[in-house]
Amino acid sequence: MKVLVFAEQREGEFRKAALEACGAGRRLAEGGELVGVVIGRGASAAAPKLAAYGPDRILTVEHPQLELYSTEGYTTALEAAIKQEQPDAVLIAGTATGRDLGPRLGARLGVPVLADVINLSWNEGKLAAVRPIYAGKLHLSVRSQAQPGVATTRPKAFPAGAPDPGRQAQISPLEVELAPDAIRARVTQMHSEAEGTIELTEADIVVSGGRGLKSHENFKLLEELARTLGAAVGASRAAVDSGWRTHGDQVGQTGKVVSPTLYIACGISGAIQHLAGMTSSKVIVAINKDPEAPIFKIADYGIVGDVFEVVPALTEAIKAMK
Amino acid sequence: MNILVCVKHVPDTEAAVKIAADGKSIQTQDVNFVLNPYDEYAVEEALRLREARGGEVTLLSAGPEEAKKSLRTGLAMGADKAVHLVCAHRHDTLTLARALAAAAGQIPFDLILCGKQAVDDDEAQLGVMLAEALSLPSVSAIVKLEVLDGKAVARREVESGLEVVETSLPAVFTAQKGLNDPRYPSLKGIMMAKQKKIEEIACAQSDSQVEILDLAYPKSRSGGKIVGQGAAAVPELVRLLHEEAKVL
Repeated sequence: MKVLVFAEQREGEFRKAALEACGAGRRLAEGGELVGVVIGRGASAAAPKLAAYGPDRILTVEHPQLELYSTEGYTTALEAAIKQEQPDAVLIAGTATGRDLGPRLGARLGVPVLADVINLSWNEGKLAAVRPIYAGKLHLSVRSQAQPGVATTRPKAFPAGAPDPGRQAQISPLEVELAPDAIRARVTQMHSEAEGTIELTEADIVVSGGRGLKSHENFKLLEELARTLGAAVGASRAAVDSGWRTHGDQVGQTGKVVSPTLYIACGISGAIQHLAGMTSSKVIVAINKDPEAPIFKIADYGIVGDVFEVVPALTEAIKAMK
Repeated sequence: MNILVCVKHVPDTEAAVKIAADGKSIQTQDVNFVLNPYDEYAVEEALRLREARGGEVTLLSAGPEEAKKSLRTGLAMGADKAVHLVCAHRHDTLTLARALAAAAGQIPFDLILCGKQAVDDDEAQLGVMLAEALSLPSVSAIVKLEVLDGKAVARREVESGLEVVETSLPAVFTAQKGLNDPRYPSLKGIMMAKQKKIEEIACAQSDSQVEILDLAYPKSRSGGKIVGQGAAAVPELVRLLHEEAKVL
């Protein structure tokens, strides 16, 4: 089988989720060919780094109109790569960019897109996938009837695989034609969060706070624990709706779905819409003063107690360990 | 400024969804259905634009008869009109986007707003697919929208930051939480919504390009152990995370 992967990069750095999509593509290709597509400023300089993650060939697309991501520009570039390569499957990492690009590409090609998948396989020669629905309350198995099968892969659901520095890939540029007015929606500015902020969906450890934190200021306790652990800070809907954290920090059904190695829920009771966003975490720790809180029913380890005592003690204990 | 808002009728996020006897869909009895939460932001943004610039807000929803309930919710919030694309059967999202695009062709609009995703199937694809079907630009997952003459500037959420995107109009925008605080329908709004006629359009039958193979519950987690009470339990917790779970 021939698989094409869009390898998202920014300023020459590949996104972790894109390397995971490469790993998923390598396995899906079985003995067949894996083709990586790298688009945008820095694409040809970055391409050799991708070779270690499994593609047999890498296509690079650089164009004055494609310096930064745009839905329309990148769709046209990826469409050109697909027309040239005629793959059986196309994979796109389900980042903010990928989740914008995937549906546009599918609609352009006239094929459905299996969105945000956590498992990929072939079923009677067609691309099949498992996708969490209702924020993970259920898992839906689906098969695309179309050629190529297109899917966006959920970050952290697939292992990237260890890079093999010995691997070689044939790298070649792909020419794309874009009319001057082809891109109608353009990024004009980027506002980045403070340096060192760890993205929730990519974090290995997440420390989350809920109603039990009682105020915006009290989240400082979680921030300190997070700094000690190298973790991202999340919040329950209750904390976000109270204005203590921004909605970008919300974990749950109307927020982000996370699956870190370790999730520490502090002062979170465990409403069903919150549990939906974090039950796929590997290990869950709950700290809550109410022993009857539903969060304890799914937590691997629980401490019944006041978050204002337990969290600082935990921060100190971890500092001492390091 | 005329605004079209696409909305969906979905199970409440507090609902515990259960698999139906067919093994491929969910049980709908005893489940409370609501206007999709992300669509509330889309409706609210449309109402604010209308209040500032005049025009009409038209709601469009595809789905079974019950979808009218969410159209009534949007009307009660203040939308002017509602169109129901009546389809009882399941479509893949691209087919649905094309059906909505055909329906949108009958409705005058200067911009389209959709929720970022529906909280049932969680695809987050319809708005962008609709834009492509209508050959329009799109900006997804927006947390701010400013409409100027013939163009709009939106902010969209990306990992660890925000992108400012400028687009020509008409365009499709999908609403992320944080765009606004949706209003509650007023009593007067609810009464007026009951009087309004919802226009119906029949949906063409077509085969889904995505076949459902199976629906399952994820591996359930069993409750673990209570390590102890208060700060005194912290050393044991750290030991367990380090030695047993091996995550520290």
